[in-house]
Amino acid sequence: MSQKLLLSAEDLHIILFRLACQLKESHGNFDQTLLVGLQPRGVRLAERLLHILTQEYNVHNVQLSKLDITFFRDDFRRGDKVLNPNANNMEVGVENKRIVLIDDVLYTGRSIRAALTAIDSYGRPAEIQLLTLIDRRFSRHLPIQPDFCGRQVDAIQNEQVVVCWNEEDNEDAVYLVNK
Amino acid sequence: MSELSVKHLLGIKYLNEADIQLIFETATQFKEVINRPIKKVPSLRDITIANLFFENSTRTKLSFELAQKRLSADVINFSASMSSLKKGETLIDTVNNILSMKVDMVVMRHSSAGAASFLAQHVDATIINAGDGAHEHPTQALLDTFSIAERLGDVAGKKVVIIGDILHSRVALSNIFALQKLGAEVKVCGPSTLIPKHITSLGVSVETDVKKALAWCDVANVLRVQFERMSASYFPSNREYAAFYGITKPMLDAVDKEIVIMHPGPINRGVELSSEVVDSNESIILDQVENGVAIRMAVLYLLASKK
Repeated sequence: MSQKLLLSAEDLHIILFRLACQLKESHGNFDQTLLVGLQPRGVRLAERLLHILTQEYNVHNVQLSKLDITFFRDDFRRGDKVLNPNANNMEVGVENKRIVLIDDVLYTGRSIRAALTAIDSYGRPAEIQLLTLIDRRFSRHLPIQPDFCGRQVDAIQNEQVVVCWNEEDNEDAVYLVNK
Repeated sequence: MSELSVKHLLGIKYLNEADIQLIFETATQFKEVINRPIKKVPSLRDITIANLFFENSTRTKLSFELAQKRLSADVINFSASMSSLKKGETLIDTVNNILSMKVDMVVMRHSSAGAASFLAQHVDATIINAGDGAHEHPTQALLDTFSIAERLGDVAGKKVVIIGDILHSRVALSNIFALQKLGAEVKVCGPSTLIPKHITSLGVSVETDVKKALAWCDVANVLRVQFERMSASYFPSNREYAAFYGITKPMLDAVDKEIVIMHPGPINRGVELSSEVVDSNESIILDQVENGVAIRMAVLYLLASKK
């Protein structure tokens, strides 16, 4: 197994600030906006962006929810592993909101399809956008593209993109791992 | 978090503590699902489930059916009163006929103890026991202990008394196993005619004075007197049973602490519980019903995950 550094801590921080700026530009005062982090790995990214928006750009009314898509996945009973759910926190209503779905890596697009169906159970948002830190382009199984993207990566099927966060992994970095 | 150690749910006896905790964790997520504006998830959309009720049931059948529909499973229902069993068909033949229609899971209630285990050995489908005679009723015990954990924070270390007709009760046996596996202390209470002879061999204590039992416990799980299973007279009259074992508000007020009151239903109001107690804040009877759907969704989901 070999690994290659794709983004260092400094690269990652520059990208996070840029993504926060793009969100600010697109959403103004965030009145009607709801950030939705996908469990488990998208939530950390959403929290980082929320922190930057609050601390650096003085936006104080950004709402953040956590969405678990386990029950909506299309690979239930198709693999060997049992899919165990994570906590879901969607107490803020989605009706007529401008939703930003946030996930760390966009790969086949199947998780995002599941998330779109899951969001539907809570009501009818005005709009849903997609923000991902890494876009593994040319790997899509479905016609899904990000609205905001940190970095595009070309990776082949037996490579994995691993996003590390200081909070869980003791460093901020993104690696390309050859399995 | 991982997977269940069993392929079928035949009884609590065959589960370990980790299985029960996994079911609880999954049920917590499903409880959130059934409180969404749209209460349905697509997980089991390619699964067909047969509900075979060889014995009458209202809430268990409704609860299972709702859980299956919330998971998008296809459901077929069967009740013995309308079946070919009356024409002399055996249980295995009946079930194999149903399975030839490509059914993946069977939820079965039967009046004979061991019916679910028998079926699991002879047919090729996942079996969930929804009550077999006076043996086990595992999903009831899971929802009961889940409701206790929800109200009191934990089951471990709690004192639970099961009051009433222990002799004819599958709920009592499943509850004893579940409570003990989760670390609770269990006592049974009722007229000595309705307490099985060797029940203490299961590690439970016996009390015949309901007031002493209430003073001891944190939770009282009150069972229905099962008149339909009684072939002899176990106590003189309903009135006498109510006078000695019926729980009333003054009895609860006389105890110097709050006791959680549970009942698996259907309740004989005025016999084992007074109406005032049923409708009081101490009662979590309706929470049990709501949790029943979430627990059954979790069991179906986790068993369906095991191909």
